Order: sequence, then C-alpha cells, then structure tokens
Amino acid sequence: MNFFQTLLKGEAGLFKPDTLTPVQKMTLRFVVVGLVYYLFVVVEGMIMRIFEVTQIPAVTQTQFFAIMTAHPLVGIFGSTYSIVFGAFLFLVPFLMKKPLWSIKMGLWTLWLITIGTFIFWFAGFVSHYSPLYTLYWPLPADFSQFSVVGGTFFILGIALVMVGTLLWVVNIFKTITYTPEGWEKQPAWPLLKSALGLTGLRNLFSKKKKEHLVPLPVAAVARGTVDTAFNALVLTFTGVLILVYMVAALLGYDLKHSAIDALLYKNWYWWGLDLIADGLVLIFVAGTWYLLATMITGKKLFMENIARAALFVEMVVSWTVWSHHLMSDQAQPGLLKILSGEMVTAFELITQGLAFAITLITLWSARPLKMTNPLKFLLGGLLGFALAVPAGIMQADLGLNRILHNTQWVVGPHVHVAVLVGLTMTLYSAIYLLLPILTNGARLWSQKLASFHFWAHLIGGIGMGAFMGMAGLHGMLRRALYFNGEFNLYMILAALCGALLLLAFLAFFLNIVMTVGVQGVIGIFMPARTKTRELLPAEK
Amino acid sequence: MVDTSVVLLGQTIAYTCYVLAILALMTWFSWKVTRQGSTAVKPGLFYAFVGLLIVIGVSLHIITHETIPWKSMDLNRAEIKADREFVIHVVDHRFVLPSGKLVIKKGEKARFIVTSDDLTYGFGLFRPDNSMLFQMQVLPGHVNDILWQFDRPGLYSIRSTEYSGPKGINMIVRDAVEVVE
Repeated sequence: MNFFQTLLKGEAGLFKPDTLTPVQKMTLRFVVVGLVYYLFVVVEGMIMRIFEVTQIPAVTQTQFFAIMTAHPLVGIFGSTYSIVFGAFLFLVPFLMKKPLWSIKMGLWTLWLITIGTFIFWFAGFVSHYSPLYTLYWPLPADFSQFSVVGGTFFILGIALVMVGTLLWVVNIFKTITYTPEGWEKQPAWPLLKSALGLTGLRNLFSKKKKEHLVPLPVAAVARGTVDTAFNALVLTFTGVLILVYMVAALLGYDLKHSAIDALLYKNWYWWGLDLIADGLVLIFVAGTWYLLATMITGKKLFMENIARAALFVEMVVSWTVWSHHLMSDQAQPGLLKILSGEMVTAFELITQGLAFAITLITLWSARPLKMTNPLKFLLGGLLGFALAVPAGIMQADLGLNRILHNTQWVVGPHVHVAVLVGLTMTLYSAIYLLLPILTNGARLWSQKLASFHFWAHLIGGIGMGAFMGMAGLHGMLRRALYFNGEFNLYMILAALCGALLLLAFLAFFLNIVMTVGVQGVIGIFMPARTKTRELLPAEK
Repeated sequence: MVDTSVVLLGQTIAYTCYVLAILALMTWFSWKVTRQGSTAVKPGLFYAFVGLLIVIGVSLHIITHETIPWKSMDLNRAEIKADREFVIHVVDHRFVLPSGKLVIKKGEKARFIVTSDDLTYGFGLFRPDNSMLFQMQVLPGHVNDILWQFDRPGLYSIRSTEYSGPKGINMIVRDAVEVVE
C-alpha cells in the first residue's frame, strides 16, 4: 500500500472498525478525544513558552493568562480524564471478567467531558476569563477584571465535566459490584470491601485471612475513584458558590466578597483539588504500573500484599495532605503546616517509592525482556515520578517553601515532570500495550516514529522541567511575566524542549492515524454494528 | 543568618546529584532487564529500601529545621520581638508602604505586616539580580506577617508573588527596602 492508501485505510488495512464491540468503540472514542485535547494543551503550552521569551503581538497579556487558566484544566479533564476514564471503563470489566454495567452511561461521560471541556476552553478563549485554576477567593468573582458572562459559561463547562465524572464513578463501582443478567448472585458488599481495601486491612489484624475478590489494578482504580468522587463534589460545590456570585451580578446585585473567608476557602479548595494531584493521579498511576508490569512480564506482582496496603495508605494520605499548598499562608495554623504539610506529604515519598520498587522488581523477575514500546514508556513513566516526587517533597518543607513557593521550580521539575514524563508516559505505555487489543489486531505503522516519540518526549519533558527549575531557583515566578529578558536563557531552552514535546506528539499522532487510517478514525465514531455487551468480539 | 542563596545552592547540588544517580540507575536497569541473568531479588533488599525511604522522608524536615534558621523563627515569630515593624496595605493591585523607602539596619529583625483590602496577593523581597530573598501569601481578611533577620547590607524590591489577575503582573516596587550598615 502506498502512503495515501495507508492514510485512508490504515497499516495493511488491518483495522476494521466494523468488527469493534460497543465497548471497544466507546473506549477508542475516549482515547481520540483525549489525544485531540492533548494537542490543544501542547500547542497552548508552546504559545505560552514563546510568550515567556518574547511577547508576540498575536497574543495579548489577558489572553496569555486565559490560556494559562484553561491549559491545566484542558490537560487534566479534556485529555487525561478522557484517556484514563476510557481505559478504566474497558479494563475494570476486562479484569473482573464481566460486562460493563452501563455502556450508555459511559457514553454520557464521554460527551459531557468532551462538550464541557470545549465550553470552558471556548469561554476562556473568547472572554479571557482568567482567575487561574487555583481560583483564590475572591478572584473568580472579581468582575472588575473578568467578564461575568464569560465566567458563567466557564463554570458551567467545568460543571458538565464534573457531572460526567460522577456518572463515571457510579459506573465503575456498579461494574465492580453488580450481578450481570443470568449470572449467579455476586457478593456486592464483600466485593466493595475488597476493592476499597477494607478486606486487606482486616487481614492485617486477623488470623483468618480472607481472599481478595478483586484484582490489584481494580482495587487501585476503586481507591482512586473515591478521590475522584470527593474531588468532583468539592469542585461542583465551589462552582455553585462562584455561580451564585455570577448570577447575582447578572441580576444587578453586588454580593459581598468578605462573606466568604479567603483562608477557609483556600483550605476547602485545596483539600478537594489535591485529591487529583496527590490522590487519584498517584493511585491510578501506581495501579497502572502494576497492571502494565504484570501484563508485560506475565508474572505475578512482587509483594502484592504490600502493594495493596500502600494503595490504601496512599488514599488516606491524599485526604490529609492538602496543607503543603498553604505553607506560605501565615494565617494557616503551624500545626497543620507541620503535620499535614510536611509529615503526611513525606509519606508520598514512601508510597510512590514502594510502587516504583515493586514495579521494577516485577519487571526484573522476568528478565530478559524485549525492549518493546510499552516497556520503554513504562520505564520513562517510572523515571518521571522518580524525578518529580522528591522535587515536590523538597518544596513541601517549611524552610525551603519560603524560597520556592510560586517559583518556576514548583511548576517545572515537580508539576510538568510529573505530568508530562511520569503520568503521560505511563498513559502512552498503556496505549501502546492496549492498541492491538482494542483494535482487534491493528499493527503499528512505524516503529521508527514510535522510537522518535519516546526519545523526543523523554528529553523534551525532562529538559523543559529542568530549565524551568533552574529559572525558579534564580527567582523566576510562575504566573508572572518578565519584560526585560531577565530569564530568557532558561526560557529559550525550555521553549526548545517544549518544541521537542510538540514534535514527539505530532510523530505519535501521525503514527496512530496511519495505523488505523482516516476511515478507521471515522469508523470509531459510527454506531457499532454488533449489539453485544461483551468487551471483545467472539473468537471465530 | 545563612543567606537564602546559600540554601538554594545546597538544594541545587543535592537535587542534581540525585537526578544523576536516578538517571544512572534507570539506564543501568533498562540495559540489564533485557539481558539474561539472575532474576531473584531478596526481600531484605526491598525492606531496606523501604527503611531508607522512611529515614529520608522523616529526616529531611528535621535537618532543615536545624539548619535553616528562618524555619524555626517563622514558627515562633509571635514570641519574638522585632527590632522594626512595617505595616503595608495592598489594595487595587498596589502596595501602599508606610514610607518611600523601608530602611533596616544590618543585623536587625524586621517584621512585615501586610494586609489586603480586596484580593489574595503575594509579598516577596527580591535582590537586584531578581533572585528571591523570601515570600509569603497575603490573604484578605487576615493578618499576614513575616519576621526576617537581615544580616548583610542590600537593596531589595517588593513584588507580588501571587497571581491576582492580569493587572497583578506590574505589582513591583523597585528598591523599596534598604539594609544599611
């Protein structure tokens, strides 16, 4: 096949969307949406990188901050949530060996997240609503700086994403606990206890050990899903609170900002928001590492009981860790700064370190392994968190936070290395591994492009984080602009690394399109031919 | 009191060494995992690693408490008498200083009490080369204070270290604080 035939029909015409089951189609739609929003994020990131070097006339300062507001939210909700939710809607029933509870609800989640993300992105793009994702009170309700109409649509977009998220939470827990039609009655409560880690906790103190009813990766999904639910509830409540001020402003009333205590709001908001950064991300990633390691090696996980216990500890840690975001808030009680901010945060070094070691040792137990795409991206993901977690532990120290808070250090070596190298490379590993399963045997178009994707992403991600970090150590603030080229050396180098990330993604995107073909991509969004609730087509 | 730039240099060296070590470990692992060889890992090695993580996690904060002087000073600042106090208001993206220049004598402890009338801001002191001396958050409706001992002469600018909308990026008062002999 020549290039254009392959572009149309995919590599060797192997991908046939008509053979896909409804669940496969739904999962692939999530992945496509997630990758398109990832493209948004990378392009927006590049615009900001260039703007940090030189203020290009095509972008205004208010637009720059509107991009900065939408950028992490599109990345988290539009891209990562889409890919992760889609993958787990396939993997949880796959691992539980039962059908998904509701495909229809899964599709509702998909479209609510897709449309919600577009609405808040577009509202920010048009109105330049830019209080940043931190939404520090009373900035989101400061209508002397921001459009109240733009803000209303922005919050409504986020609300749609949260509704989609809550539907996903219900779908995951129902899939774990429900009894499919015609099956013997499933023990819902014991299944739930096993998934949440209560069985494992009981086993620690009981001589009569109970068996684990759910596989370890499903337990990780369940525990991360608890944080997802809490986070969605907190963000929804906060959104409603902001909407009250917006609706009042639209009706001509000016509500007092001082009715809400800024410190209490900040504690509440960070308690909820941190359930993503220090909760579900770490738990989902650990669970995905375990799944990938066992699927790549075909071996049992090393120290599985400890891995289960660590996942439970991580969930509890994620509920009590938020105060490290308030270490520079002088009104925050010192006891909270030390206990929650320093001590509990240090536990993340232990729980993530355990997940890191357990995954590496499981891989080691199956050597020699072939350096496949899933394996190399998994190793990249492990490296990303190995770099980013200690960087975060450092800034969560009362002494160091005084000189690191809100600098580029926080957002470079910690946030971007964790997200781009740690999280995204883990997701890429899962995508490369699941691609043949989800597409019923499609073959990757170019291994050379996959290798370029790996190296460009790894070097670009680590390099960008490193140069941002160097700028931060020299005093460069995040969420700020410098007009006299004060930090241009670091920002130019970071922009070059950002360009490498963009090239990496374009290479991956081309490779995937050439693998499944344009017809295949369209076919993914067409209704499934088969009405089966099975995950995979029946063997012929 | 040790200068913040010295602490940052120490952090840079420590983190760089760590990065090089973890890169070396992952390179070695990636090479070895594709080669034939022993696959056994003694549980003792794993538990030793867990123990090491616990030691590092706990000791980091104890070490900084003992070596970074502003950490304990900050926690006990309510009981410490300042040699000089400055009350600063922030409103409508502007710092309102008690005088044109805040002058501090070398060796003095100065307390900055910053209040906001509208939004959440930041308050940071920066050297002429743009590096940071310290910062804190400024929340409306709360007293935000920081105590700092100035051990060497210098000139510092005040800058908001928290985003308060696009208007906030110009919240800089150049050479606002001077430490004299």
